[in-house]
Amino acid sequence: MVGIVTYGSYIPKYRIRTEEIARVWGDNPERVKKGLRLISKSVPAPDEDTATIAVEAARNALRRRRIDPQEIGAIFVGSESHPYAVKPTATIVAEAIGATPFLTAADLEFACKAGTAGMQAVYGMVKAGMIKYGVAIGADTSQGAPGDALEYSASAGGTAFVIGKENVIAEINHTLSVTTDTPDFWRREGQMYPRHGGRFTGEPAYFYHVLTAARKMMEVMGTEPKDYRWAVFHQPNGKFPLAAAKRLGFTEEQVKKGLVTPYIGNTYSGSMVTGLSAVLDHAEPGDRILAVSFGSGAGSDAFDITVTDEMANYDRNAAPGVWDQIERGEFIDYALYVKFRKMLRMGGDPIA
Amino acid sequence: MRDVAIIGIGQTKYGEHWKRSLRDLAVEAGLKAVEDANIYAKEIDAIFGGNMAAGTVIGQDHLATIIADFAGLAEHNVPAVKVEAACGSGGAALHMGFMAVASGLYDMVLVGGVEKMTDVPGEHMTDALASAADREWEVTFGATFPSLGAMMARRHMYEYGTTREQLAMFPVVAHENASKNPMAQLRNRITVEKVLNAPVIADPLTLLDCSPITDGAAAVVLAPMEVARKYTDTPVKISASVATTDYISIHSRPSITTVKANVEAGRKAYRMAGVGPGDIDFVELHDAFSIISLIALEDLGFVEKGQGGKFAEEGQIALGGKLPVNPSGGLKAKGHPVGATGVGQVVETVIQLRGEAGERQVDGAKRALTHNVGGTASSVFVHILEVV
Amino acid sequence: MVVPRVWRERVARYRMVGKKCPACGKVYFPPRDVCPTCHRESYGKMEDVELSGRGKVYSYTVVYQNVLGYELQKPYIMAIVEMEEGPRVTGQIVDCRPEDVEIGMPVRAVFRRLGEEGKDGVIVYGYKFVPDL
Repeated sequence: MVGIVTYGSYIPKYRIRTEEIARVWGDNPERVKKGLRLISKSVPAPDEDTATIAVEAARNALRRRRIDPQEIGAIFVGSESHPYAVKPTATIVAEAIGATPFLTAADLEFACKAGTAGMQAVYGMVKAGMIKYGVAIGADTSQGAPGDALEYSASAGGTAFVIGKENVIAEINHTLSVTTDTPDFWRREGQMYPRHGGRFTGEPAYFYHVLTAARKMMEVMGTEPKDYRWAVFHQPNGKFPLAAAKRLGFTEEQVKKGLVTPYIGNTYSGSMVTGLSAVLDHAEPGDRILAVSFGSGAGSDAFDITVTDEMANYDRNAAPGVWDQIERGEFIDYALYVKFRKMLRMGGDPIA
Repeated sequence: MRDVAIIGIGQTKYGEHWKRSLRDLAVEAGLKAVEDANIYAKEIDAIFGGNMAAGTVIGQDHLATIIADFAGLAEHNVPAVKVEAACGSGGAALHMGFMAVASGLYDMVLVGGVEKMTDVPGEHMTDALASAADREWEVTFGATFPSLGAMMARRHMYEYGTTREQLAMFPVVAHENASKNPMAQLRNRITVEKVLNAPVIADPLTLLDCSPITDGAAAVVLAPMEVARKYTDTPVKISASVATTDYISIHSRPSITTVKANVEAGRKAYRMAGVGPGDIDFVELHDAFSIISLIALEDLGFVEKGQGGKFAEEGQIALGGKLPVNPSGGLKAKGHPVGATGVGQVVETVIQLRGEAGERQVDGAKRALTHNVGGTASSVFVHILEVV
Repeated sequence: MVVPRVWRERVARYRMVGKKCPACGKVYFPPRDVCPTCHRESYGKMEDVELSGRGKVYSYTVVYQNVLGYELQKPYIMAIVEMEEGPRVTGQIVDCRPEDVEIGMPVRAVFRRLGEEGKDGVIVYGYKFVPDL
């Protein structure tokens, strides 16, 4: 049996409300709140980045199950906001959790699905017997251009999964992917903010890939929506995953527990995995979960997961759950947000 | 070991010397001391110079040589070395000079101290001063120098009930005394209320708990006691010269409300001079921050541990009190040109013991103690001086 | 060149690995090669020990005049934290309002950025503390 041995998430403490962003740009906050179902988003502190978030997520995972870090054979960190353009984040994580030096490590980038790409990679390595444990982390401190619609959602957070064969709390029954070259969202090298295709990001990108991957999974597994207690879909906003669920025949009840974006925004590579983490916080043995990520550019990874009896022996309370962290938020205003996101031009900075 | 006397003193005005360089200041103080000792510079056998940060701040090391050179002594090939112990560099230089004369190796020794702090932006000076703490385990983690003092103050308040107002008495007295010292940097009088309402630097310390950024230099000429009267009618004997060290970081110390290096330095100095705290007429204490001098007052045995605040509140540290503290104005108001400070304290003490301090004269002062420290009293230099 | 200096300390700064004296059992952080009590008995024999990261505030201050590199964080809380294992450590307390910190408050270590060597230089990571809820 190959699956999740332990998991952990980290969401920065600070939040900004939709109203506060809308106030600055003259937008109608109700449109964002009702239309995109975005109430607030997380904001990283000035001393947080993808590496610190990834480390905290991994440490939360290791608090819940004290595996020997020296038995970790691979660490992959998926992100679109690695602190360095060249120099891995995964090595920082490896060192910080004491997994060095005998392991492989690499950073991945695939917009919002780099974290699940990492899950597939370590799943394959564990299954092949190459490694005992593999760590896959999706984490980001994403940024939308000031005044852009993305500014309401681009946020920070991350989740780590340790995949292995022993003491599995959630078995990965199957995983598959759907990939096409669909440029719905991108950021060129050297550019600070991404660009996106507006409404093009909907049908041909998000919905095509998510729906196709989910349908393909159910076709392969011979399942239908009612066979799953929970479903998690990538959540760039609060609206898309609900629409996807509805079109696939899932109820709001099945997706609600894992729908965290309305409160913390889109944590990009951390998005679907943090939703899955929130579901695992509440799942019981026997629960079946369908989880589908989406990464712009574009592709989806789907996972069919069953929670095992081992969950009963697992100490979920040893680290704060996703909803616990969501509730601990502290709201800041736009001025502080600008300072935290380092958007101020400080003394000594070049003029342009 | 020979007895050692101070036969000459010199200092620049403390303050912002925009037009003058480090070497200008050092040369002025040194030559004044030489003149005061009624000797010629070429009679100097060795120079020990205290300086903390010239290497970092103005990119100039090899400092003692450059100063000896510009004092006109290159032709005489006089030995000259810099001594560094952060803010205690001046006291350290004096300790070295004392050893040199006491041992008999040199007869006539010039001890100087100098710091040029206004040649760089304030934040760079703050950073250079922070190097008196542990760069790897304190400064890298965000600690500033005042923040370390502030944590000592917070803990002192917590353990002994010391109040914010009591702490403020130290700068209030310092400014009062400096108002009577023409060589001082900050000569305005302040109130307790003003200290409390000043901008916070590191809570609970405000701007007025902290010594300023100062340019300045000070120097003394040392000679064997047996020949001192050939040069001056008022030689001042160095009856104790003591140096100690402690854990560099306050986090490593068993307590942060007492400094063992202070206690030990005091104990050794009293023993060396054959006196006790009760025999001291006034002190020049290292008040880089109000709390540092409060703790020293207790550690040196002038009051019981925890009673420093009360003692200050009762007015006992003012001129006319039981133990006048920093008649010069101290680091706080006379100024704190870091490397010069320890020597400057001694210059003030000699002025007092000669009875030449004018308005700020401590009546009948015969014996005094100077206390100069590096960092958070991680190195301590105590001297006891007396009229003979 | 600052890289070797940052690299050398990574284990202690990332994971709070200190030293334990084999003679007296006392734990030291930051790491040191000689036990101040046992001297020669300890030199060359000090053992690595990873701290739990949990401790209590021993003293603290709110810094308004920062060291270089902490411009965006001020005002920030600096503290001396007494760790469970005994040693006291200087570090920042983050995710905490200045009015909420007090002596004795339980805290735990988190992984944060300590600074960077300019915009194109290496990033320095290490421990800070947050209130331990």
